[in-house]
Amino acid sequence: MSRQIEVRVDGRALRVPAGISVAAAIARAGVAVFQRSVGGEPRGPLCGMGICFECRVVIDGRRDVRSCMAVCSEGMEIEVARA
Amino acid sequence: MREVASEVLILGAGPAGLAAAAAAAEAGARVDVIEGNRSPGGQIWRPEGATEAHPTTRRWQQRLLRTGVRVHLETTVVAADGPRCIYTVCGGEMSRFRTSRLVLATGSRELFLPFPGWTLPGVTGVGGLQALVKSGWPIEGKRVVVAGSGPLLLAVADSLRRRGAKLLLIAEQAPRRAVVRLARQLWRSPRKAIQALGLMARLVQVPMRYACWPLRATGDECVRSVLLQGSDGSIELECDALACGFGLVPEIAIAAYLGCDVECGAMSVDAQQQSSVPGVYGAGEITGVGGVELAVAEGAVAGTAAAGARVPVRWLARRDRQQAFVSHLDRAFALRPELRRLAAPETIVCRCEDVAFEALAGAESARAAKLATRCGMGSCQGRVCGPATRFLFGWHHDRVRPPFFPVPMAALAAIGTVQPSSANPACYQTFTMDC
Ligand SMILES: Cc1cc2nc3c(=O)[nH]c(=O)nc-3n(C[C@H](O)[C@H](O)[C@H](O)COP(=O)(O)OP(=O)(O)OC[C@H]3O[C@@H](n4cnc5c(N)ncnc54)[C@H](O)[C@@H]3O)c2cc1C
Ligand code: FES
Repeated sequence: MSRQIEVRVDGRALRVPAGISVAAAIARAGVAVFQRSVGGEPRGPLCGMGICFECRVVIDGRRDVRSCMAVCSEGMEIEVARA
Repeated sequence: MREVASEVLILGAGPAGLAAAAAAAEAGARVDVIEGNRSPGGQIWRPEGATEAHPTTRRWQQRLLRTGVRVHLETTVVAADGPRCIYTVCGGEMSRFRTSRLVLATGSRELFLPFPGWTLPGVTGVGGLQALVKSGWPIEGKRVVVAGSGPLLLAVADSLRRRGAKLLLIAEQAPRRAVVRLARQLWRSPRKAIQALGLMARLVQVPMRYACWPLRATGDECVRSVLLQGSDGSIELECDALACGFGLVPEIAIAAYLGCDVECGAMSVDAQQQSSVPGVYGAGEITGVGGVELAVAEGAVAGTAAAGARVPVRWLARRDRQQAFVSHLDRAFALRPELRRLAAPETIVCRCEDVAFEALAGAESARAAKLATRCGMGSCQGRVCGPATRFLFGWHHDRVRPPFFPVPMAALAAIGTVQPSSANPACYQTFTMDC
C-alpha cells in the first residue's frame, strides 16, 4: 500500500496510496457528506460493502458509482459536490 | 451474451464459498465461483488497501488453482431462471451460467436499527467501518464509539485500536450476565476461547459497557456526539465516528427467489447442506450467522455433497460442533425490546426514500407500507430497511424480484425471461451500472 498515486476530489489534487477505495480517498480529502438524500439530508457511507448506496459519487463522469466498491486509479476525477 | 457451462456453481467467494469450491473440485467436479467483489475472501478476509489478496485468501486461491476452479470476480448475480440458470453482470456485460448443482454462499449483512441521528455521515455499521478502514479509510487519531451487539463489536474495536483510533467506548446492548453465560460455553471450542481471551486482553484499556445502547447521535453535517443509555443513566460522548450495528442477517435474496425454504430469516438446509429445492445447497452465514469456522465447515460439506461425493463423517462432526455454538450466540445477543422504541416519529427508517417512522407505524405489512410510502423501493432494495422493519414491526418481506442488484436497462433486456415489472419499477429506471 506504499506506492502513491494522484486523484482529484472536486478538482483538488490529492495523493493517496495506490489501491485504496474511492470512499477512503474522499474521507482523506476531509469530506464527510458524500451525497444528499431525496429529502436533502447529508449522507455518508454506512455499510462499507456495497449494499446501502449511501456512498454514491461521480467518478470520471459516471454517476451513481458506489465509492466504497471503487478503487482509486491514477488521475481519477472524483466529484462529490455534484453527486 | 456469454455462456458458461458448469457442474457445481458457487455463488459467493467468502470463507464458505471458497471451502465449497475446493471441496467440490477435489471431489472431481467442474467448478465455477461467482463473486461480486474484486477479490475473494468475503467479509472477513478482505484485502488491506485492496491491492493484494488477504494471506488466507491467497492460500485458498492456490488450492483452487491446483484443482482448476474458475473464479469470476467483479461479477454480480442479478437474476436467475430456476436453479440451473444464473445471470450475472460484469462491467456491463451479461453472462448466463448453466449448472447442474448450485451452492449459495452469499453470506450476511449488518442489521441497522434507526435511532435519531443514525443517518448522519460518520455513523456507520460496525462491520461497515471495519470494511471501510481496510479499504484505506482514515481512522488514526479519530475518537470512535463502537455500539450495537454481537461478537463483531470486539473484533472490530480491536482492529480499529491497532490502527490508531481512540476508542471511547464499546457499548453492547446485551446484559453482562448473558455474555458471561456465553463465555462459559467457550470451553467447547478452545480456538474461540483463545481468540476471546486475546481480544479481552488487548481491549483491557477500552471502556466497555453492557446493557448500553445509543439513544441519539447529533451533529449538523457529520456526527459530533452520541447519547447512550446505560444501566445507571445516560452518557453523552463527543466523537468523530459512531460504528453501530446490531448483529448480522443472512443474505437470502437469491435463495428466497429460487423458492428455497427460509426459517427465521435463514436458508433451511439438511445434514448435507441441501435446501428444500433439490440440487441447491447453502453454506455459511446464509444458513444462519455463526462465524468463520462454521462457514468453512459448512462449505466443505456443501461442496462435497454438491459434487455427488460422500461427505466424510469427520467433516459432518466438525460442522455440528460449530453449529452447537450458534444457539448460544443467538441467546446471548438477543436484542432487547427497548431497541424497538429508539426511533422518534420523524426519524428516517427507509434511507433511500426518506420515509420516517411515523409514516410506517400504522401500516399493516411491508407491502402496504411500500405502496403507501415507497419504503424499501430505493436503490438498496430494502437491504437496509427490510431487516429493520422486520424487527420493529414484525413485517415479513415481499417476494424477491430480480434484478437482485440495480443493473442497466440494456443488460436486463438481454434476459428474455425476466421482464421489468411495475411492482418494482425503481430498480429499472434510475440506476446506472457501476460494477
Ligand atoms: C460488513 C461485515 C464485516 C465483517 N467483518 C468481520 C470481521 O472483521 N471479522 C469477523 O470475524 N467476521 C466479520 N464479519 C462476519 C463474517 O461475515 C463471517 O465471519 C464470515 O465471513 C462469513 O462467511 P460467508 O462465506 O458465509 O459470507 P461472506 O464472507 O459474507 O461471503 C459472501 C460473499 O458472497 C458475495 N455475494 C453476495 N451476494 C452476491 C451476488 N448477488 N453476486 C455476487 N456475489 C455475491 C459477497 O460479495 C461475499 O464476498 C463481517 C460481516 C460483515 C457483514
Ligand atoms: S457504503 Fe454502503 S454502498 Fe458504499
